[in-house]
Amino acid sequence: MGEVIVVTSGKGGVGKTTTTANVGTGLAKLDKKVVLIDTDIGLRNLDVVLGLENRIVYNLVDVIEGNCRIKQALIKDKRYPNLYLLPSAQTRDKSAVTPEEMKLLCEQLKGEFDYIIMDCPAGIEQGFKNAIAGADRALVVTTPEVSAVRDADRIIGLLEANEMKKTELIVNRLRIDMVNRGDMMSSDDVVEILAIDLIGIVPDDEKIVVSTNNGEPLVGDESLAGQAYMNICRRIVGEDVPFLDLNAKKGFFARLFKKN
Amino acid sequence: MSIIDFFKKKPSSGNNAKSRLQLALVSDRTGCSPELMEKIKNDIIEVLKKYVEIDPNGLDINLTQTRSDDGVGSVPALYANIPIKEIRRHER
Repeated sequence: MGEVIVVTSGKGGVGKTTTTANVGTGLAKLDKKVVLIDTDIGLRNLDVVLGLENRIVYNLVDVIEGNCRIKQALIKDKRYPNLYLLPSAQTRDKSAVTPEEMKLLCEQLKGEFDYIIMDCPAGIEQGFKNAIAGADRALVVTTPEVSAVRDADRIIGLLEANEMKKTELIVNRLRIDMVNRGDMMSSDDVVEILAIDLIGIVPDDEKIVVSTNNGEPLVGDESLAGQAYMNICRRIVGEDVPFLDLNAKKGFFARLFKKN
Repeated sequence: MSIIDFFKKKPSSGNNAKSRLQLALVSDRTGCSPELMEKIKNDIIEVLKKYVEIDPNGLDINLTQTRSDDGVGSVPALYANIPIKEIRRHER
């Protein structure tokens, strides 16, 4: 029986879609059968981040409305035999789908896949409610900024109110140089404020931009972000993986000045 | 505590962000500003004073979140712990 994970944040632009793409691809690399669902109806994005934008025939709304069978709408990623995408509709809006319909869809997919990962839209309205409806587990993505953390706190409250079984935090785009000189909240600071379990720290990395440009998730490569995403995947499947030493690359002196 | 902490004691923008956030979240989580909370607190004290003598130092009044009766979602609840010194026997 598969697990349904929703990737959410409240605030836009903190890296939900990038996280969904990398976590999904990473789990597929770990030999799990994975389907990614873009629930941001009207603002389709996950397909381009994954490099699958040219292969869309049917979408999430087509499946919900019964215009096609689920299997017809799933796009198989040729690079990873276990990875599938259910794209969002570009010409409709959030009201095209209800939480009950999403729940039903998740139940149907659970039999077929190990992980069903939902990319949630920003905000706390209908789209958010749709995305979390069928989820067993939530990954809350935030950056170490006041606005993003505040929105994450609100989202965590709403997830609790909706009785989410498991909610874990990803601190994204951390700049260790700024943390070291005291100009950015550390992941410890963010965890202390939000008071939920941390499942990953992803450093700010130019390679993310390059990977998105090319439509190729970098999870599992040698870059720090690639390693961080792979570690998140391994924690999701239940492995106990230590957090990356983000200062490691800076050499001996940087280590001396290590703060966390 | 590392070497960098030793040399750098001036307030940093990171710490400023953290403390501002912590304050903002107190009122966010309860949906109630610190000023409003203070007013509620003072009014409760005024009413109680008519009937009982309370210990103002041991007073603890706060808004928290609690599960609603129908089990769906959470609702704000007023939590008050008010130590009573003496109940006034003579009603006027």
